[in-house]
Amino acid sequence: MSLILETRGLSRIFSLPRAGFGKERAVRRAVVDVNLKVEEGARLGIVGESGSGKTTLAKLLLGLDTPSEGEVRFRGQAIPLEDMHSFRRQVQVVFQDPRSSLNPRMRVGDIVREPLECLNVTEDHDTRIIEVITEVGLPKDLVQRFPHELSGGQRQRVAIARALAPRPKVLIADEPVSALDVLVRDEILSLLADLTTNLGLTLILISHDLSVVARLCDDVVVMQHGTAVEKGKTMDVFRAPRHEFTKRLITAVPRLPGTK
Amino acid sequence: MLLEVRNLTVRFGSKTVVDSVSFDLEASSRLGIIGESGSGKTLTTLAIIGLLPETAKVSGSVTFEGKELIGLADRDFSAIRGNRIGMVFQEPLTALNPLMRVGKQIAQPLRNHQGVTLKEGLKRAMELCARVGLPDPDRIIRSYPHQLSGGQRQRIGLAIALACSPALLIADEPTTALDVTVQKEVLSLMNSLVAEEGSSLIFVSHDLPVVASITERVAVMQNGEIVELASVNSMFQDASHEYSRKLIQAARTSDAEFGHFTESPSA
Repeated sequence: MSLILETRGLSRIFSLPRAGFGKERAVRRAVVDVNLKVEEGARLGIVGESGSGKTTLAKLLLGLDTPSEGEVRFRGQAIPLEDMHSFRRQVQVVFQDPRSSLNPRMRVGDIVREPLECLNVTEDHDTRIIEVITEVGLPKDLVQRFPHELSGGQRQRVAIARALAPRPKVLIADEPVSALDVLVRDEILSLLADLTTNLGLTLILISHDLSVVARLCDDVVVMQHGTAVEKGKTMDVFRAPRHEFTKRLITAVPRLPGTK
Repeated sequence: MLLEVRNLTVRFGSKTVVDSVSFDLEASSRLGIIGESGSGKTLTTLAIIGLLPETAKVSGSVTFEGKELIGLADRDFSAIRGNRIGMVFQEPLTALNPLMRVGKQIAQPLRNHQGVTLKEGLKRAMELCARVGLPDPDRIIRSYPHQLSGGQRQRIGLAIALACSPALLIADEPTTALDVTVQKEVLSLMNSLVAEEGSSLIFVSHDLPVVASITERVAVMQNGEIVELASVNSMFQDASHEYSRKLIQAARTSDAEFGHFTESPSA
């Protein structure tokens, strides 16, 4: 197994607006000294509460934001790389709410085509679109439709298809099922599980929901106030959490009657 | 019977969004309403408390403490809302007035319904803050909503809803916007307050484990209809409707998966 993504002393500090004239600017330390090593083919979950820095971390990993300190390395090279197109072909993202991440004025086919064109993918675009639409379990004729004509689950499948179109090696999913209804959530999680296995993807899944991470990820990082407070194999961390915050997170998950 | 809902139907134009919903709620009992987004659960509660927009056509009957609420004049409804029926909404940041200190907001229902003075109201607000587990009530009542955390804001929402000791508390996804650790605290707080007050509770949520943890009975809604209404226990043992079974199955799968990861096999 080779290292595909790595962060070294990664920090992102935002300076906040002045609270008043002549006052000091406060800072928010959104990500503080995070060191991660992601092996090729790994399935890593990042959990934490709102404001813990999960999404900022995702943006840094995607090269959509610049670290204040430290660096993100992709296959040993610090990003931004010389060839960001190549990086973006290999590292793709799915966001939380497909209603806002899909352009409402574009047909599904064009939405999926966009990364192929922007990232200079050389294979035949039409063939690839149909291929990837089918791969995420959607009927082919859906390419003619607009996002508003689709259900929430179908829209998230389109978002996944768009991410997969340039044949990425790494898929970063930021709360991919939080905006979906329970039954649909189930389907999308199964789809993500199948796709990562079949395509040998490296998955980085960001979620506030521990059961989602339990289901999909072999490894987990627990974030609190921007710091990675605990990391390890999901099963080890969930069964024997060492950090106080991880313990609180785990006991707070609502359970069904009859179970503990 | 505290609340009787009979054939409650809500239409927007030709679209029926709540379809012949009927259920009863006895004093000091609890009902959960569960369903997907768009299933009509929120609209059902809004119809009960008369807060639907004017474009909605409502028919059927809602009797609360022996009084028919459908078609009730606004002024008479105001005497019930916030007084006999308390409400907690999903997002406390939008439910609270951003321009008013929270002490005054908690005192508001007391001033409206019990005619207390602002000074007396603020004193009661401080007691209520303490009851909903907010530390330092003195400081809290002088805060604006944006100065408080999400959990604190939802506790304020609960204090406002319970200020007049309502016979019925309607909570619409009260913990959905909160982090899990905060959700746990707010649920247990709500649980003990409702028990202390002897209020009834209607708890709307999309989250089956959450509903099962706080109510005795559950109504499952789909496309505006209640497709199944049963006690939490019997629902889990033997759900009769296809859709309820699917919901329970999904909850079980996720719960089992999580259990598999958190509990060692010997336990």
